[in-house]
Amino acid sequence: MIKLTVNGKTHQLDVPADMPLLWVIRDRLGLTGTKFGCGAAQCGACTVHLDGEAIRSCVVPAVRAADKQVVTIEGLDPALAGPLQQAWTEFDVPQCGYCQSGQIMSAAVLLKHNTQPTDKDIDDAMTGNVCRCGTYQRIRSAIHLAAELKRSGAIKLTLPS
Amino acid sequence: MAAGGLVIAFNVPAGLRKRLAFNADKVLAPNAYLRIGTDDTVSVILSHCELGQGILTSLSMLIAEELDANWESIRAEHAPAALAYYHTIYATQRTGGSTSLVSEYDRYRKAGATARYLLVQAAANRFHVDAKDCRTENGYVIIGDKKIRYGELVEDAAKLRAPEDVPLKEPGNWKFIGQKVKRLDTPVKITGKAIFGMDIQFPSLLTALVARPPLPDAKAKEYDTAAAMAVPGVRQVVVVPSGIAVLGDDFWAAKKGRDALKVQWDAGESAGINSDALLAELKQRADKGGQPATNTGNPDEALQRAAQVVEAEYFAPFLAHAPMEPLNCTVQLSADKCEIWTGTQTQTDDQKAAAEITGLPLDKVLINTVFLGGSFGRRNIARSDFVREGVEVAKASGKLVKTVWTREDDIQGGMYRPAFLHRFRIGLDAAGMPIAWKQVSVGQSVMTGGPFEKVAVVNGVDAFSIEGTHTAPYVKNIADQRIELNTPVWPITIDNWRAVGFSHTIFAMESLTDELAHAAGKDPVAYRRMLLKDAPRLLNVLNLAAAKSGWETPLPAGHGRGVAVFEAMGSFSAVVAEISVSKNVPLKVDRVTCAIDCGLAIHPDGVAAQMESNIAFGLSAALYSEITFKEGKVQQHNFYDYKTLRINEMPKIETFIVDSKEKPGGVGEATVGHMMPALTNAIFAATGKRIRQLPVMNQDIS
Repeated sequence: MIKLTVNGKTHQLDVPADMPLLWVIRDRLGLTGTKFGCGAAQCGACTVHLDGEAIRSCVVPAVRAADKQVVTIEGLDPALAGPLQQAWTEFDVPQCGYCQSGQIMSAAVLLKHNTQPTDKDIDDAMTGNVCRCGTYQRIRSAIHLAAELKRSGAIKLTLPS
Repeated sequence: MAAGGLVIAFNVPAGLRKRLAFNADKVLAPNAYLRIGTDDTVSVILSHCELGQGILTSLSMLIAEELDANWESIRAEHAPAALAYYHTIYATQRTGGSTSLVSEYDRYRKAGATARYLLVQAAANRFHVDAKDCRTENGYVIIGDKKIRYGELVEDAAKLRAPEDVPLKEPGNWKFIGQKVKRLDTPVKITGKAIFGMDIQFPSLLTALVARPPLPDAKAKEYDTAAAMAVPGVRQVVVVPSGIAVLGDDFWAAKKGRDALKVQWDAGESAGINSDALLAELKQRADKGGQPATNTGNPDEALQRAAQVVEAEYFAPFLAHAPMEPLNCTVQLSADKCEIWTGTQTQTDDQKAAAEITGLPLDKVLINTVFLGGSFGRRNIARSDFVREGVEVAKASGKLVKTVWTREDDIQGGMYRPAFLHRFRIGLDAAGMPIAWKQVSVGQSVMTGGPFEKVAVVNGVDAFSIEGTHTAPYVKNIADQRIELNTPVWPITIDNWRAVGFSHTIFAMESLTDELAHAAGKDPVAYRRMLLKDAPRLLNVLNLAAAKSGWETPLPAGHGRGVAVFEAMGSFSAVVAEISVSKNVPLKVDRVTCAIDCGLAIHPDGVAAQMESNIAFGLSAALYSEITFKEGKVQQHNFYDYKTLRINEMPKIETFIVDSKEKPGGVGEATVGHMMPALTNAIFAATGKRIRQLPVMNQDIS
């Protein structure tokens, strides 16, 4: 049994030693906002936060997250989710949308550490997240805007719960 | 569920839940395409599926326009499989060919106008006025100083007879069409709430992974399930026509079970397939020629009198689609019903396939279409492969089961864009204009064996294999021409890939045009202006893209611009790519300018988003993508060896949309093909190196 805390809620789980965190989050906890894209840390669709850092949950065994804090798109801190989601809405970033949870989770870590990211900072933080629809230009614009919104605190968006 | 003791959420899309609670007395449902509730909610029922291209929003705009709806009150959901949702041209329920708006432009506007008519009539009856004295705005019927919510009129309106035909608005009165609205699916897609096929969950659901043969004609000779069954959480192993399915409590159990499965495959004729040999065969076939698609005048004689002859041969490789969401299909099969949840573009075909497999009548097969995590053609295929397989697994196992593909399954079990070779021999007159055209194209036929074969394949020529080449305005006018198609039959599975034939023909045609311009000593844009002098819409976008890209402005050494202009999917577009490359500095696409005339742009920001998507997709393929075979086995596995474009490689894209009142053209695939030659033509401008074989990563351009 491991103790896994996801979005502030603690679970006691009996999981195989090699079972990736992704499948515990999705198949055991039923949180499907975190996506399976490659199973090999190549696409970033499965990005979640482990003790505040972005990880590819498809290759990290759940046991490695034991006694740590896991945050998924469903539990992202409103201080980061607010500006990001408002900016994503402003530019209507998503197309198919499948990669967007991962994109936002990677961008959240960037914004947490960097109040005014440059294009180069965005490249460095976001290159691990593939979008086959090619929404990259809008992601870039949205991250710049989200940083601005976070600095100014001008969040107006309310998303349906 | 297994260990952990947790009950997971019953993950069924909100739209489906709503349908279960559907109360016929309390809604206005004058046709199959919308319902209005007493709470003012307008539910738009989508005959096409949302796979990123934005039809959830744009079809809703058509209804909102004629209904004078409040945009905030619109909800949209995918339609079930039913005759009412058949494509108005294809006569089957299908999303493809960039035709959703072409198919629905009239039907959805009429659906909205009919509902509006009934609401107005209900209001007029209630207040004893003539319908002519009522107007509508933003979800209200307005009579003098009275404002009545649509929801208040629903019950009365539902009792009225819907008229056969209703007048539509004059374009001058449009409030939505041509304007920017917010995509309706953005909120659920940025919060993790959007339900894709992969996200369908039920308490008793098992997950299946299928061990498939390395190539389709291989068969399982021997297999041993003991090790697979010994994996904790594995519940069952069943044989299905496509392979051997391992069912487990969750993905991980099924994956480990499949890894442990021992299978010996008895390879068929595909065992010997090698990419080098395939390319050699394409060339041999080009030497032999093929079925004539056009044959007029005497091109050989015209070549004799040409001032110069240009010969060139272009190769485009096999490609996988690699949508972000790997394929999956959830099936619940009982004695009298088969219910399917999946992201699909082909509901009618899927329904027929499931009926055929289960022996159930069509109306007992229910298709629940959920969001598609991309497709690019992979979920629009002739044979419903992943749905068939899902149904077979449910039938063989007797379980409620979601069949899931891994990324490796996706890359290696593809329905690939066929490799193509296009060989040209073009005679130019003294002014450099083409007067003789000989072309041999070679590649597998996508349409043969599919639902559109009868229309697409005529006299042995699949029009999609040479899509746009024989119909290009400057080709049509050449008196002496012969275009031939040679169609090999190989055991490699192929199907639609975004832009279908245009995904390789535009690369060939617009590379060739650049070579002709060079031979004629003309600037690439100036030369195209001459070629397209009688094609005003193409000429217009060419001029627009050239002007906006600063085509005439000189670039420093190591930089180059390339252009491509072509009609595809009923839209006319031009792309200018600006690149930089030099010794020790890797190739970078700095800037792309796109001009498109797609007729009436119903949702211009959606058009711009699709141009960005087309360009990124085409660029990704041009730079990196190829599927190769060695001893019958696909050599690529995952994103590490089937590389895709990433954010640091994304050029700055500007899109300019021509203001047009022509009927809507398609945009989902309109410029995928353009980006490939725009890139390679820019590389030629910068380096003098002509790339005739994709992907670019295999070529030395340093």
